[in-house]
Amino acid sequence: MKEKATRHEMPCQDPVIRAHNFDEVALGYSKETAVAEAKRCLQCKKPLCVGSCPVEVLIPQFIKKITEEDFAGAGEVLKEKNSLPAVCGRVCPQESQCESKCVLGIKDEPVAIGRLERFAADYQPAMGKSKVSVPAPTGKRVAIIGAGPAGLTCAGDSAKKGHAVTVFEALHVAGGVLMYGIPQFRLPKEVVQSEIDNLKAMGVEIKVNTVVGKITSVDELMAEGYDAVFLGTGAGLPNFMGIPGENLNGVYSANEFLTRANLMKAYRFPEYATPIKVGKRVAVLGAGNVAMDGARTSLRLGAKEVYIVYRRSRTEMPARVEEVEHAEEEGVKLYLLTNPIKLNGDDRGWVKSMTCLRHELGEPDESGRRSPVPIPGSEFDLDVDTVIVAIGQGPNPLLTKSTPGLELNKRGNIVVDPETMETSKPGVFAGGDIVTGAATVILAMGAGKKAAAAIDKYLKNM
Amino acid sequence: MYKVANRRQLAPSIVLFEVEAPEVAQKVEPGQFVIVRTDEKGERIPLTVMDFDRTKGTITIVVQDVGYSSAIINQMTERSAFLDFIGPLGVPTEIENYGTVVCIGGGLGIAPIYPIARALKEVGNQVVAVLGSRSADLLILEEEMRAVSHEVVIATNDGSAGVQGFVTDGLAYILNQGKTINAVWAIGPVVMMKAVAEFTKPLGIKTIVSMNPVMVDGTGMCGACRVSIGSETKFACVDGPEFDGHLVDFDLAMQRLSYFKDEENRARARLQCNHEGGHH
Ligand SMILES: Cc1cc2nc3c(=O)[nH]c(=O)nc-3n(C[C@H](O)[C@H](O)[C@H](O)COP(=O)(O)OP(=O)(O)OC[C@H]3O[C@@H](n4cnc5c(N)ncnc54)[C@H](O)[C@@H]3O)c2cc1C
Ligand SMILES: Cc1cc2nc3c(=O)[nH]c(=O)nc-3n(C[C@H](O)[C@H](O)[C@H](O)COP(=O)(O)OP(=O)(O)OC[C@H]3O[C@@H](n4cnc5c(N)ncnc54)[C@H](O)[C@@H]3O)c2cc1C
Ligand code: FES
Repeated sequence: MKEKATRHEMPCQDPVIRAHNFDEVALGYSKETAVAEAKRCLQCKKPLCVGSCPVEVLIPQFIKKITEEDFAGAGEVLKEKNSLPAVCGRVCPQESQCESKCVLGIKDEPVAIGRLERFAADYQPAMGKSKVSVPAPTGKRVAIIGAGPAGLTCAGDSAKKGHAVTVFEALHVAGGVLMYGIPQFRLPKEVVQSEIDNLKAMGVEIKVNTVVGKITSVDELMAEGYDAVFLGTGAGLPNFMGIPGENLNGVYSANEFLTRANLMKAYRFPEYATPIKVGKRVAVLGAGNVAMDGARTSLRLGAKEVYIVYRRSRTEMPARVEEVEHAEEEGVKLYLLTNPIKLNGDDRGWVKSMTCLRHELGEPDESGRRSPVPIPGSEFDLDVDTVIVAIGQGPNPLLTKSTPGLELNKRGNIVVDPETMETSKPGVFAGGDIVTGAATVILAMGAGKKAAAAIDKYLKNM
Repeated sequence: MYKVANRRQLAPSIVLFEVEAPEVAQKVEPGQFVIVRTDEKGERIPLTVMDFDRTKGTITIVVQDVGYSSAIINQMTERSAFLDFIGPLGVPTEIENYGTVVCIGGGLGIAPIYPIARALKEVGNQVVAVLGSRSADLLILEEEMRAVSHEVVIATNDGSAGVQGFVTDGLAYILNQGKTINAVWAIGPVVMMKAVAEFTKPLGIKTIVSMNPVMVDGTGMCGACRVSIGSETKFACVDGPEFDGHLVDFDLAMQRLSYFKDEENRARARLQCNHEGGHH
């Protein structure tokens, strides 16, 4: 009989301390804890967890390696299916994917698959680079536009098939949202960089500072001899509320705020030259992961009060449960069933307060969630000096507008064949947020993987 | 790395750099800009393209020292190189034959107006340039502008060159000659562009200005560069930087430029400390 152990907690930095530093919040399992947690896995013959992982990581197999204390081996197993395990171990919503199907979860708590993934993945770089064998070159060239998780996964898988891969990235670093959006304290940039270095070691060429649609175009790349193109340009266009006062000073899109802090390292201003300004009372509009990141970053930059302002209730909040918990532990306050209708400025053009309307939950809407209904006459002013708008991102039209023959849906996302990720333009594939709208890292990676398989097939049939 | 091929001091705090960026040089058109970074810790700084040479593969930019990052750039030499050089960004100028056009450059704004004037002349426009500066010694690129215009009018605030006054006085001077103006381009400080737009609006003369809000990515991803155009919010980096001057909310633009004033002063102070310490 297996002895019964409860799920092992992940040690974290103390909330009072971590709310003022940018070091990673979750500290990772020790070897002993990892082995003990791994031993909880029942090693199901027909594992349900694997089926609900978008890239079908061989979960029982890598966990078994941990129980055998073959940590490097566990990392190898992860890498077979997942090119960015150290990232996924940190940011995947495991509670709604693999862990939600774990048999242990029926009566007890599921195996902490995500934490084990992180442990095994982190063990690797510490032990030196894993050897990746690349097959003989096929002579085919693949161009990848956008170096986010979708593009990087497609690049890695295509390189493993022996195709010559070049990734074109608009920013000065590769990584997409992993570099510019998700904060250091949740996903250290060194982790992302080492995954990118692994890809480079496999022969993937990454050209940064290259805005496709400006310096070159998809058609030009194909004319230059790329045999297939993958578009993974993400959902990088910030939405605003469209309410009065949104252009006041002190109002940021979450993208701007987080890009300044993460990509440009403004939290180390003036050592790093990019400035960021956070007031004493910050309102973050929205309640997804992006909003939580904005709120928690504000605290770390010195804000005294940080509010999440959201028009629905707690159960509808789209952020991962863990992120909301972490934010609340650190002192972020939730203003639920509240929606701003106007931002008010001072005589110098700085935001000084926000007029809000309270809401109550009404009948379910098309999304099946109970829709927020404004309560007439419930206006009130909330004093704030910084507002971060985190109500979602749309597809950036820069690339799609410059690529004739690409079918888009009415929201501007690229339409693809869901089996092959092929677009309406021959030889051009797409995946990730540019296809689905803002989603998750693992779904973007899943799409990149699917596309790489389809590209390989397409190139063989050429 | 993008090497500095040529460096020329144009005025006390204004430097011209010719930079090796062959791929950008192949594609750039008048009215577009680049974003540069000097080093790992540097800011992403937007700069309008003043000139380009597709054969040599170079881009020319002109930089005025107004704060920390521009000061760092202007200290670069012919042995230096930019770490990042991204472009071409923004929408190119709509070059066509309008008839008689006036190209107004105020202060540093003469640099970005130069390729526009040249292109407008090449397609057959009658080009009159109005160059404004505080005084004669701060006037840049006069010879270059003469080469790409049919006529040059100079206005200095102190009267040390050309007519005394502002660029709008230069514009009035041209109108007084009885010329019909079909379109105006005005690039310079926001107050100057505002004054020109207010001058031409009642006259019904099409007026294009080039906005220079604070930017971060330059690809439409962050929204830092929001400008209000006819009460619609636009992103200057992808929808502009050129806009119809009669629709721009210039007061908002000025207000937004002061967003990081305190931080800029802190950065600037650091530069001075470093200088006094004799290193940087
Ligand atoms: C703040 C924040 C927090 C998040 N937290 C989580 C989380 O905890 N867990 C999770 O699973 N998901 C999270 N997400 C969502 C997740 O990051 C995205 O779903 C994922 O990154 C999408 O990957 P992608 O490859 O499609 O696009 P992106 O990561 O957006 O990458 C696209 C890349 O393409 C580049 N690009 C765009 N246009 C061009 C062009 N014309 N030419 C060249 N390059 C171009 C961009 O610069 C970018 O680097 C978060 C998102 C944000 C913004
Ligand atoms: C599309 C575009 C094209 C530009 N072209 C040129 C050019 O060709 N040559 C050139 O010298 N400058 C140009 N600028 C302005 C240049 O980017 C700024 O001067 C520079 O970013 C200032 O950085 P800093 O650290 O030196 O100064 P800071 O210390 O950051 O600022 C000093 C002063 O400059 C103002 N400022 C800050 N950022 C900007 C900005 N983006 N635009 C205008 N003023 C700003 C501030 O309000 C402040 O008063 C352009 C800006 C844009 C957006
Ligand atoms: S600079 Fe970021 S959107 Fe324009």
